[in-house]
Amino acid sequence: MRRRGIGFWALGALFWAYVLFLYGPTLTILVLSFQGPEGGLTFPMSGVSLHWFRKLFAGGGIVDIGAAFGRSMRLGLLAMAITVVMSVAAGMAFRRRLPGGAVLLYTAIASLIVPSIVTSLGIALQFRLIDDLVNAWGVEDWTTAMGLYTSGLGAHLTWTLPFGLLIMFAVFNRFDGRLEEAARDLGATSWQSFRHVVLPIILPSVVGIGLFGFTLSWDELARSSQAIGSVNTLPLELQGLMTTVTKPDIYALGTVTTGVSFLVIGAALVAIRVLQARQARFGSDAGK
Amino acid sequence: MSSSLPDRAAQLRQIQARRVETRRALVAWLQAGPMMLVFALFFLLPLALVVMVSFWDYNEYEIIPAFTVRGYVESFEGCLAQMPSLCTTLKTYWQTLRLVGMVWAITLVLGFAIAYFLAFHVRDRTWQVALSLLCTIPFWTSNVIRMISWIPLLGRNGVVNRGLVEAGVVEKPLEWLLFSEFAVVLALVHLFTFFMVVPVFNAMLRIDRRLLEAAHDAGASAWQTLWNVVIPLSKPGIVIGSIFVITIVMGDYVTIGVMGGQQIASAGKVIQTRLDALQFPAAAANAVILLVATGLIIAALSRLVDVRKEL
Repeated sequence: MRRRGIGFWALGALFWAYVLFLYGPTLTILVLSFQGPEGGLTFPMSGVSLHWFRKLFAGGGIVDIGAAFGRSMRLGLLAMAITVVMSVAAGMAFRRRLPGGAVLLYTAIASLIVPSIVTSLGIALQFRLIDDLVNAWGVEDWTTAMGLYTSGLGAHLTWTLPFGLLIMFAVFNRFDGRLEEAARDLGATSWQSFRHVVLPIILPSVVGIGLFGFTLSWDELARSSQAIGSVNTLPLELQGLMTTVTKPDIYALGTVTTGVSFLVIGAALVAIRVLQARQARFGSDAGK
Repeated sequence: MSSSLPDRAAQLRQIQARRVETRRALVAWLQAGPMMLVFALFFLLPLALVVMVSFWDYNEYEIIPAFTVRGYVESFEGCLAQMPSLCTTLKTYWQTLRLVGMVWAITLVLGFAIAYFLAFHVRDRTWQVALSLLCTIPFWTSNVIRMISWIPLLGRNGVVNRGLVEAGVVEKPLEWLLFSEFAVVLALVHLFTFFMVVPVFNAMLRIDRRLLEAAHDAGASAWQTLWNVVIPLSKPGIVIGSIFVITIVMGDYVTIGVMGGQQIASAGKVIQTRLDALQFPAAAANAVILLVATGLIIAALSRLVDVRKEL
């Protein structure tokens, strides 16, 4: 092994500077959200308090944060569940012969890189036209088909599903197909081979897909902007507040939102570690 | 008669095999179908509608389904007449491309260096996983909050300005730190270097370490190895990362809007402005122009590498 040269120390310093650059600003607002009641948007801190958190949850302020919180949470969980199920199913489909599978793959990649505002605009147009059609049909009291769980959920899925599918691709690129053959030779049905052989092996990655599904939906902004309907998700409320708020409530809201993200990330990472440890414990030692 | 029996059997077997094949394909599409359906309903159809509506007419209250190229004509109004000075749309695109160029250059160098450190200098597998996770975690948190968090640092009375004034470097606080092009580039680099690091890191992990040893043994200097071995073999990752970063910045309007104090024009922001004015066909025409521009860049980039091989 060669000695660590100047390159190692230089790049190491750059790496840690980059990490500081990544986390530093977020840590600042984390600290500032505990600003005293008299404190402003920047340092110095005038005391330490939970004042802004209390103010945030007391409501009556600018917007109904609690409601937006609940909406984002429900939408995130739903997007997560759908992303996990559809990604695993589609990933399994690619393990068989899937005629025209390339179309699905390229559509997913396109959905990832087509600018969010274009997708969002398209969904908005689609639902406008649907509403026009329904109105022309003469349905009474029709307001709109657009909403959190229709256009909003669809917009989020166009962002979360490509990640789910690509993760499944990465997983199955490294998957030993002989395990499935062995299960089949031992008389397992397709479902049994999936349930008792494939799923336990890919489970850590499935948790990873869930992590992407929830966090990407929880923080989604650009696609939601035109497609969410009359109510707002938490990131949309946050963006709205940015221009109007001059007090640290916005930092408190940022801390709460980031807190949820970190809880989910932490839970997912712990789950993945536990699953991997279990695999190592119960895994076969054949050939070792 | 006796000779046709085996033929018949073979025929039957063939039909049987084809049926099994069809059944398998059917089951496979039952599994992949739901995802395809979501993309068809919420991505492909909306995209087609954007193209369709871009050729529609509109007035103050509604969109009118009558063929016209008004949306496009208005977007490029005066572009020929004003030559050689740039019309609004071309100016906006020039501005957007400038941003794309700056962000791309910075994320490329920074992302490559980070990926190189992780792939070649961090030798312990556990550390490699832990450190790449450290770079990934912010990606799972909110972009808006990561933008907001620059305010206490870069604002007029922010940490940076206070420090500079107290140290006597500047007399009064710098105004261009926040809500400026500088802030936009900084935030875009902050948010999206991740998209460069991941594919480059991935490509570097696949490089056979013995090649580096061979280059070293053959007398190549560190720079020569980097230039002649590592960079060519990382090219697929570099191209994929570049496609991500360039398309994100091309279509971005949130970061540019927030960090630019709503003062900086960009291709994505034009669409949003039209939408806020409820001029859907005009917004759609601008969206189509943006798609074409982005598509051209991707086409040019993907000529450099066979993206299909890298998945």
